[in-house]
Parts: sequence; C-alpha cells; structure tokens
Amino acid sequence: MRKIAIYGKGGIGKSTTTQNTVAALAEMGKKVMVVGCDPKADSTRLLLGGLAQKSVLDTLRDEGEDVDLDAVMRNGFSGTLCVESGGPEPGVGCAGRGIITSINLLEQLGAFEEDKELDYVFYDVLGDVVCGGFAMPIREGKAQEIYIVVSGEMMAMYAANNICKGIVKYAEAGGVRLGGLICNSRKVDNERQMIEELAKRLGTQMIHFVPRDNMVQKAEINRKTVIDYDPGHPQADEYRTLAKRIDENDMFVIPKPLSIEALENLLIEFGIAN
Amino acid sequence: MLLRHTDKEIKERSALTVNPAKTCQPIGAMYAALGIHNCLPHSHGSQGCCAYHRSTLTRHYKEPVMASTSSFTEGASVFGGQANLLEAIQYIFTVYNPDVIAVHTTCLSEVIGDDIPQILARAREDGEIPEGKYVIHCNTPSFVGSHVTGFANMVKGMVHYFAESGGKKLDQINIIPGWVEPSDMREIKRLAREMGVTTVMFPDTSDVLDAPLTGRHQFYPKGGVTVKELQSIGDSMGTIALGHFASSAAAEALDAKCNVPYEILDIPYGLLATDRFIDTLRRMAKVEVPESINAERGRLVDAISDMQSYFYGKRVALFGDPDQLVALSEFLVTLNMRPVYVVTGTPGKKFEEQMSRVLEEIPEAKFKQAGDIYLLHQWIKNEPVDLLMGNTYGKFIARDEDIPFIRIGFPILDRIGHSYFPTVGYIGALRLVEKILGAIMDRQDRDCPEESFELVM
Repeated sequence: MRKIAIYGKGGIGKSTTTQNTVAALAEMGKKVMVVGCDPKADSTRLLLGGLAQKSVLDTLRDEGEDVDLDAVMRNGFSGTLCVESGGPEPGVGCAGRGIITSINLLEQLGAFEEDKELDYVFYDVLGDVVCGGFAMPIREGKAQEIYIVVSGEMMAMYAANNICKGIVKYAEAGGVRLGGLICNSRKVDNERQMIEELAKRLGTQMIHFVPRDNMVQKAEINRKTVIDYDPGHPQADEYRTLAKRIDENDMFVIPKPLSIEALENLLIEFGIAN
Repeated sequence: MLLRHTDKEIKERSALTVNPAKTCQPIGAMYAALGIHNCLPHSHGSQGCCAYHRSTLTRHYKEPVMASTSSFTEGASVFGGQANLLEAIQYIFTVYNPDVIAVHTTCLSEVIGDDIPQILARAREDGEIPEGKYVIHCNTPSFVGSHVTGFANMVKGMVHYFAESGGKKLDQINIIPGWVEPSDMREIKRLAREMGVTTVMFPDTSDVLDAPLTGRHQFYPKGGVTVKELQSIGDSMGTIALGHFASSAAAEALDAKCNVPYEILDIPYGLLATDRFIDTLRRMAKVEVPESINAERGRLVDAISDMQSYFYGKRVALFGDPDQLVALSEFLVTLNMRPVYVVTGTPGKKFEEQMSRVLEEIPEAKFKQAGDIYLLHQWIKNEPVDLLMGNTYGKFIARDEDIPFIRIGFPILDRIGHSYFPTVGYIGALRLVEKILGAIMDRQDRDCPEESFELVM
C-alpha cells in the first residue's frame, strides 16, 4: 500500500486534481482511499457525486470516541473509499489538532489495515503546512510520498517551496519523500518550462503538466470527476497519464528548498520580466 | 543524598530548567479569584489542570478549594471550548449560585485561541448570566510568566470588569496586597484600621482560605472582597499596590480606567518596607500614625538590636517569588545578614534591577530571574551558606547540605503556621526575627563544642 499526501497553495486545485487522479487509478483497477484533511470537508464530493458523508470529527463530537468506521466512510466512484476529517468552523478551535485527532482515530479504527486490501491512500491536505497538525499526514508511519500541486503563479511557487521546507524537516527524521510537482496550469507564460526548472532546482521532477480545460469545471458543476463525467474527453486522458506516472514513479527525493532570492530570480529568468 | 546528581560545576543552560522555582499561571489566577466574596474560579481547559491547581492550593492552605472546569475533551480541543464554557456558566449559576464566576484560561485553550470575551458576550446575549451576577475572565497561558503573572492578570481582570467611576470620590484607599497569605491580608487590614483608614482590599483571601472550623460547611466562606466594594474602587482616593510583579498591572489599569493615583511599594516584609507602607498610607489618607503602631515598631527594633550579634554576617540563600524576595532581602540586609544567593523562577528584568538596588552593599551577592533551584543549589555547593529560606522544595537542599531552613513563600506543603501568623508588618517582621534566630541558635546549640554550649543566649 502506498500512502500519498497532496499539498499545495490554497485554491490551486489540490482536491480536483487528487480526485481526478484517484478516479483514473480506480479505473485502472486500483483500490484507493481518500482522506480529506480540510475543515471544509469537500475533498471527496466529486467521487461521491456530491453526497456528503458525516465527517470524522463531527461524528466524534456527536457520538463520542466510539466511532464506527462505517459511519464515516463512504464508497465513491469505482469502489474508492472516501473519508472526510472535517473540522471547526472558520475562526474557532484548532483545525490542526483536528487533523491529528482524525488520523489517529482512523488508524485506531483500522481504516488502513490489510483486510481493506488498499493499493493507495491519498491525504488531501488544506493549503500550506501552517502548523504541526497540517504536517500530521507526513509524520513517521503516515504518508511516504508527497506531491505538490503548483502553477506558474508566484505565490503558488512560493508555497510549494515552503512546503518543501516542511518536508525536509520530516524527511530527515522519517521516511517521507517528495515524489514530484504536479503543474495545474493557469496558462502563465512559459509555465511548463518554469515549473520544470523549479522542479529541477528543488531536486525533483515535474511529474505531469495538467493543461487548463473548462471540462474540469463542467464536470465539477455536475459533481463528478472528468473521468466519470466524460471518459472520452482529452482532459480525462491527462489525468490518466498523471495517474500512470504516479503509479510508475520511482523518483523519491528529499527536496532542496530555494532561498527567496533564488526563487525570485527563477521568475525573472522565465517569464514575468520578459 | 536526594539531590546527589547536582553538579558543583555550573554550566550555561538555555533550554533546560531543573527544579523550577515557579508554577502555572492559573494557580495564581485561582488564588486571586478566591479573594472575591462568593466567587467560583473556573478553569477553561481540561480537567487535569483544574485538579492540579486546586490540590496545590489545598496542600498549602489546608482548606478545601472550590473551582470548576470546562472539562475539554478531544472534541473541544478541535472545535473550540465555546459550547463547554456556555454550558458551564449555565450549570454553575443553576447549581452553585456564586455571585461571580472568574474564568481563567489554560495552555490548551490559549493555544487553540478561544476568545473568552466573545464567549462571555454570547452568554450574556443568551441570557445565561442572571441579573446581578457576573462572569469575569483573564488569560493565563502557563508558557508565559509564572503563577505570579496569573495572579496579577486576575487582579487586573477585577479592575477591568468591576471598576467604575461614580463621579464622587470616596474616603477610602485601595490596597492590592499582592500574593501574600490570608493572615498577611488580615494584618494589613488591621494596620490600616489601627490608623483609622477605610480600605478596600482586593483580592482578600482572609476568612476564605483560613476559615475557622465551625462544624458547618460553607461552600463560599464569609471572607473576600464583595462585588459592591469592587465596583467602588474607581472612586477611591488612591491605590497602594504591594509588590511590583503581582500588583502593578491592576493599579495601572485602575488609574488608566478611573484616574485613581497609585503607588507601587514592596510587600511590607521587615522594618523598612513596613515603614514605607505605613508612611504612604499616612500621606494618602492624610492621617497620623497612632502610638500603638509606633510601639509595635519599637518592639521590633528592640528585638533586632538585642540579638544583632547572632544575625551579623550570616550568609543566606533565598528562592521564591520576586516580590517576596526583594522585600525579604532588604530585611535581611537591615538585620546585618548577607543575602548572597537569590533566585526566582518568575521571569522579569525588573527583578534584577530591584535586587541590585537592595543588595548594593553585598558585593558578593548573586541573583537571577527565570532561574531554578538547581542553580541555587550549585551556588551553595560552591560556597556554602548559613541559612536557606524558601518554599517547601528547599527541604531537599537543606537536608543534603545540612543547612538550617526556614519555610517562606509558596507553596509550603509540609508545615503549618503561614495561614495563621502574618509575615507582613512589624509583627510579621518579629515573627521572621524569631524564626531566623530560632534556626541559627538551634544550629549553634547542635554544633558548638561542649565548652561553648551556652545556657543564656
């Protein structure tokens, strides 16, 4: 079983990319579980067709610690298993602690055990690694592989670099490695070259360049992944390619985060300044 | 040798504390809150915090300490403690019916960022705070400051929630006593009464944590400053704040809020600090010092001069809370003793400023804020002292190094007396003199050669 965590700047398309990739893996016959680690609890709606399951933390709050796994886990597209951690409403409580609580509880409940015969577990984590809680999915014994969703926009690259700093910390202590950058295109000039170069300088690879296509939004409005909504569309093939590359990936590294100057120079070299 | 691992060689430490000379902020907040009449302290956090704080206070004061808790669970830690606190407020007013609930936070509720004023506003909106009842609060993260900070924060909270300006000045003086014993608060009030001064003391734990055993349990003992008195502090002629660390924040807040002038004095331990207290009270209230107080002072001076040969040159190590240490060190200097090592666990550069003033004539003196008892022990190992003064945790050093030991400060878990006999004022200073002499003379009787064994001392 491979455990994978997806990180990236807020709004970059982590959840969409994750669910489409998971759908493609499921289509390939893989058994996949998705754990949403976002208080908004919207990491699995495309796989579930908009059906919202009760989140782990809501269940914990309402029913106490005797949570039943079936109460929080739903079957989604093509046999995928979907779980949402959930968390507090904006501005109160501690979302980071929520992730820790939720993942611990899922482990206790045996969500990741052998009898589930999982090939993949995907953790879809909110935004940046702002505190210890958001790094929970990459602690020792949790996810071993990380993919960062990025685009050619300055702040997305800045966030990716920051996440790499978080990874370094945990990589040195445990086994977590960076598997690559996923470029979710925003149609920025020279985007592919720039992200390829960023990946190279971080010591990793751009595992796939996902072009921008309105089909993604169209499928989303219909609460579906592209694979599910329009399997014959070229965008579906992009996700299939990404899924295949992740499945075949053997490049796992401890990243080398860049200094702010180096990052800015990269931008100047490749695009904005030209 | 219980502390056999204490190494004589002193190494610079930045991240390690061994045998701390401080404890949690909420203990101070809880102690201060108990000094309000009909008040239930409430700990906003998990149960363990509240249990520890209550038991530490009980072990020191030998009295039951009532307090409630928000009883955080895993869920409360994630979703925030609002639901718990709202339910607690409703439950406490229904079942325990205090006049005041004094909420303090804990490390957990601080780290997750619970906004207490917002939660209290919600409780008011929902009508959960009955007419004539109050919920006050202060923030007490234990990773900042010490129990003294927590005490200061809660006293400041009293000012914030209760002080009002009625427009007309009242013929009364506020006294913020600082973290002293209930017996000390009673003694300070007696001195003011003796001078004919009307005072409002806040907090006032006398008759709360030294309540008599009457055969009838009273959930809220009769002592403590009342809400009505607290509402009047904004109209007092002035405030005397005893102890910079424990009392200045509240005095400053009251001045800012209601224009009540204040003076910050040392805790009146010993001759000079008591002189300053009496004199400030005299000036502020425009009264004369009565002969009875002069006589008390005279008896203290008499005892000191009779026994001065026993005090002279004795080296003393002290640890505890900054306000106490500053005043106590000054008194030891008055006695011609040499307070050579002074350590507090409470952080604050002000302490070092104060100590360098007090110990100007003791060039070999070492003192440290944010230090620990381990360091004090190391200093003692390098050059011994004749007397150790501090809270109960000093008994380990006293036993290992065979040093006479006087218990003073917080907590004292293994002796009684502090609840009943004051340390403040001239009478309190006499008690200190008696204790110090007792310790020194007992040691002389134990250790001196037979030919020097004196019947008359």
